[in-house]
Amino acid sequence: MSISKDDVKYIANLARLGLTDAEVDNLQTQLEVILEYIDKLKKVDVAKTAALTNALYVKNVYRSDVPKASLDPDKVIPSSPAHEGDFFKVPKIIE
Amino acid sequence: MKEKLNTLTAHELQGLLSAKKIDAAQIIADIEDRCRIVEPKVRAYARAPFFKNASNAGLGNSELSFIPAVIKDNICSDGDLTECCSRILEGFRPPYDATVVEKLKSSGSFIMAKANMDEFAFGSSCETSCFYPTRNPWNTDYVPGGSSGGAAASVAADEAIFSLGSDTGGSIRQPAALCGVVGLKPTYGRVSRYGLIAFASSLDQIGPLTKDVRDSALILKIIAGYDEKDATSANIPVPDYPALLAKDIKGMRVALPKEYFVEGMDPDVRKALIEAKNKLGSLGVTFAEVSLPHTEYAVAVYYIVATAEASSNLARFDGVQYGLRNVEVRNASEPPLISMYKETRGKGFGAEAKRRIILGTYVLSSGYYDAYYLRASKVRALIKEDFDKVFKDFDMILTPTSPTPAFKLGEKANDPLNMYLSDIYTISANLAGIPAISLPCGMTKNGLPIGMQILGKPFGEQDILRLAYHYEQNTAWHKNKPSL
Repeated sequence: MSISKDDVKYIANLARLGLTDAEVDNLQTQLEVILEYIDKLKKVDVAKTAALTNALYVKNVYRSDVPKASLDPDKVIPSSPAHEGDFFKVPKIIE
Repeated sequence: MKEKLNTLTAHELQGLLSAKKIDAAQIIADIEDRCRIVEPKVRAYARAPFFKNASNAGLGNSELSFIPAVIKDNICSDGDLTECCSRILEGFRPPYDATVVEKLKSSGSFIMAKANMDEFAFGSSCETSCFYPTRNPWNTDYVPGGSSGGAAASVAADEAIFSLGSDTGGSIRQPAALCGVVGLKPTYGRVSRYGLIAFASSLDQIGPLTKDVRDSALILKIIAGYDEKDATSANIPVPDYPALLAKDIKGMRVALPKEYFVEGMDPDVRKALIEAKNKLGSLGVTFAEVSLPHTEYAVAVYYIVATAEASSNLARFDGVQYGLRNVEVRNASEPPLISMYKETRGKGFGAEAKRRIILGTYVLSSGYYDAYYLRASKVRALIKEDFDKVFKDFDMILTPTSPTPAFKLGEKANDPLNMYLSDIYTISANLAGIPAISLPCGMTKNGLPIGMQILGKPFGEQDILRLAYHYEQNTAWHKNKPSL
């Protein structure tokens, strides 16, 4: 399967990833090579195979609905690049 | 003591400490001396080691009392810079300890340094670190492997006693092989990942890099076990791994997968593996050739599954809660918040991280999901079935860890696919969730270490450690030291 520069730009937008034009060019060339390699999976007959997403030991984990202490906001909030009181600060969202 | 304490293992130091033959402060002094000489050449650490934490160590006669630990820069430790060697996590100091760190500390150990790594563990050479590449202690023109390159190099260069790395597709075992140390990837679920900054959640495991097999067993025993903070951690008792090492290995049945011993394999690696097999044979182990027919698809499956999961896990790095924020505006028609996400991620992630985010988003995107992600997850099931079949008749599988010894810095840096293929022998264990260990089994003509890999049944760490231990006791490869 081939991938175009517009595909790369479209995917980059979905991933919220800002790319320069040079990066788009480079990624397009490299992804072509990688996708061509990955295409070998088409040779495998998987008609009767169920997908495996976790190899071992997967079961739902329940716990009782009892509140527990969380991380201390005074230690967490200061790690953010912009904050005010107990809040993360972001650029204006609502006009 | 004539021997410098930095060259010893944790279990040796522990023995000397409890016999009161050495003083804890001497360990630190010897390591500091060694770091001063070798760190400028090797650059195993993401930033300068901090010996101040030594004062917190001790705890009487615990198993790792006063023994310093080095941990990969993607494992959180309370208050210490933890940046995954990425600009996007610039300045991040976690407000908590990873479960493995908590366990090390309560065994008397302390965190001495964060090890250099490929950015977000994306790489097989330690060259994608945002700081600088780590160099192979055996020859500093060569890479140490990756992504836990700093963790492996620090132990090989004797500027650490042991370290913890993470392994998503071989990131503990491949650098262990390239640096001539012991690296263990435990069974999926054996060790809690709470506090490990996630790369691919269905594949990631934390494990030890050590100077010998006994230390590997000792550290695994300490870090393994159920943790309610990691829903994928297994509630299965932890064996006393060190106590089980000496048990006889006569009659153990080991499989040799023909797909791993193919044309084009490095001749020195092939020779070392044949000699290792003969050595184990002389100790009473029996061998037979088997087939793991879906091996050739492992790398393709991995680069779909791992990048898909990585693209989701890395969504959290958006300039809001931690690390870097970039508010430059390139496209004024875009809402400011969207623009901040894009510019922060565009500036903060390196080339390999961007490549994986794009590839991962692509294989999950509408219209391609079935062709890529779903198909890869099905082939993954076939790869696991291959192993299940072999383990009906065999206790373990023996393979090389890496098709080649260490390669030169820059040799594969601009060829992502070629770099991905250097994980060809290690990836399957992650896809199948099984444990695997790499240990030294030879040297190339050029003086670079060669590693062999032993793969075991799920939760069969005691078996692969035991086979590795008996091999090590009957060979001297692990005693080789690089001259730096």
